[in-house]
Amino acid sequence: MKRILIGIKRVVDYNVRIRVKPDGSGVITDGVKMSINPFDEIALEEALRIKERGGAEEVVVATVGPADCQPQLRTALAMGADRALHVQADGIIEPLVAARALLKLVEREQPLLVILGKQAIDDDNSQTGQMLAALWNRPQATFASKVELIAGEGGQKARVTREVDAGLETIEVDLPAVITTDLRLNEPRYVKLPDIMKAKKKPLEALSLGALGVEQQQRLKLVRFEAPPQRQKGVRVKDAAELVDALKKKGLL
Amino acid sequence: MPKVLIVAEHDGAKLNPSIAKCVACARGIAAAEITVVVCAADASAVASQAAQLAGVTRVLAIEHAAYTHQLSAVLAPQIVALAGPFTHVLGPSTTFGKDVMPRIAALLGTAQVSDIMAVESPTRFRRPIYAGNVILTVEVDADSKIVGTVRIASFEGVAGGGSAPIEKASLSAELPSHTRFISVSAAKSDRPDLQTAARVVSGGRALGSADAFKILYSLADKLGAAVGASRAAVDAGFAPNELQVGQTGKIIAPELYVAIGISGAIQHLTGIKDARTIVAINKDGEAPIFEVADIGLVGDLFQIVPELEKLL
Repeated sequence: MKRILIGIKRVVDYNVRIRVKPDGSGVITDGVKMSINPFDEIALEEALRIKERGGAEEVVVATVGPADCQPQLRTALAMGADRALHVQADGIIEPLVAARALLKLVEREQPLLVILGKQAIDDDNSQTGQMLAALWNRPQATFASKVELIAGEGGQKARVTREVDAGLETIEVDLPAVITTDLRLNEPRYVKLPDIMKAKKKPLEALSLGALGVEQQQRLKLVRFEAPPQRQKGVRVKDAAELVDALKKKGLL
Repeated sequence: MPKVLIVAEHDGAKLNPSIAKCVACARGIAAAEITVVVCAADASAVASQAAQLAGVTRVLAIEHAAYTHQLSAVLAPQIVALAGPFTHVLGPSTTFGKDVMPRIAALLGTAQVSDIMAVESPTRFRRPIYAGNVILTVEVDADSKIVGTVRIASFEGVAGGGSAPIEKASLSAELPSHTRFISVSAAKSDRPDLQTAARVVSGGRALGSADAFKILYSLADKLGAAVGASRAAVDAGFAPNELQVGQTGKIIAPELYVAIGISGAIQHLTGIKDARTIVAINKDGEAPIFEVADIGLVGDLFQIVPELEKLL
């Protein structure tokens, strides 16, 4: 079966103003709204569109995280994923551990394509997709703003446009491959109420890191969380002439 | 003694300015010996530029036609083959480095420290998380090889004038053929490079159209500035993606940043936090951009920008 595997991460909602705990041991998450990482929603949307165009038959969504991640998996099912895999793990899951867990799911599910967000908006690491591609020894097409599947001689390929510093780069990769999404790839659909009801009946399988044979190593000790220094409040000028004077005074003109 | 390997970013002819900043970061690791590796179809020009960076101990040049387009899947196995004797492997936190370094880290079976903004010790680093709203200090396991990307807005590039020896190394990894370069569409521009420009003029949604956005180009040319854009302006099609400044675009640290018609979403402010002086021009006096601006001017940008241009 032509299958697409999507990795999602539960993160603090992007509208929440982040506050550091007074003792510097982390950020405040109690009572804070949690959501699917926005880049991962784009990944799921892309998979759903590929399926709707006939390019895939099944979309499987997976996450690695604590029991609290279930609402985000249900949301993904309500968006249209066919089933969900929850690799349960508490505590810190570093990108390499997440990639190793996803590799185990890849071996089990044999997807044509794995799509992930290009980064999570909490730790801003931007590592998991590339790491999975490396461990899997398959191509990676990161920061995608356009994805086209092509049936070619010698198997299926994807042509991916990537947002890079120089502009837009297009590469072609043999499938299976890992794609990570940038913001302009698509605009994710809204979930409708009847879909939320339907999603409750879709299969959600619970697994664990241990059962997959993945060790939850932590290589990076998180020593201290701090708020960044604030910029000094500036001055207001009333017109272009005053602005030019102010810039001259600062030695900038 | 720490031994640092820096993966050179280049376009075949020129070493990317981000590498001088990676060297600056590596010099923050006490007593480090610094090697820059250049993988290219023809490495001679880029290797000699790398050899001039102050603090570089030696340059390794590896030549192969497959390196023409700097594909991560092709580069990573070779860097891994070289990494054995090194304690640290660093690359820039540009789209090149963000793409290739995690692939290297995974093949080495080690963790990556992304976006290093300060070196506290050979194993302890500071990095921004949550779009720069939190600064995290991390300590890496002492017996792990450390892979990292360097947040280039946090470092001054090292000076030139050095003369490190250049050694040719031979290809020792198998190169995959599953990934192929097709094309890159980059607008040719005579303006300074956005990522390293001393001055940047940036526009937002309030410009209203791609045509109107052009008034920023002529202001930028008067100032000798690069042009940037907010995500909203890029999404609306007023400016190409490579001009985007912010959490998911470029993180920059110019001397002067002029934000025109940009409201200042948190994701945008992430990209300009290190600018020396921020000027904001916006008709909404309550816009969040004024919270971070050193000089604010409330008014109609279509009136102010031409006036400003005349005064310069």
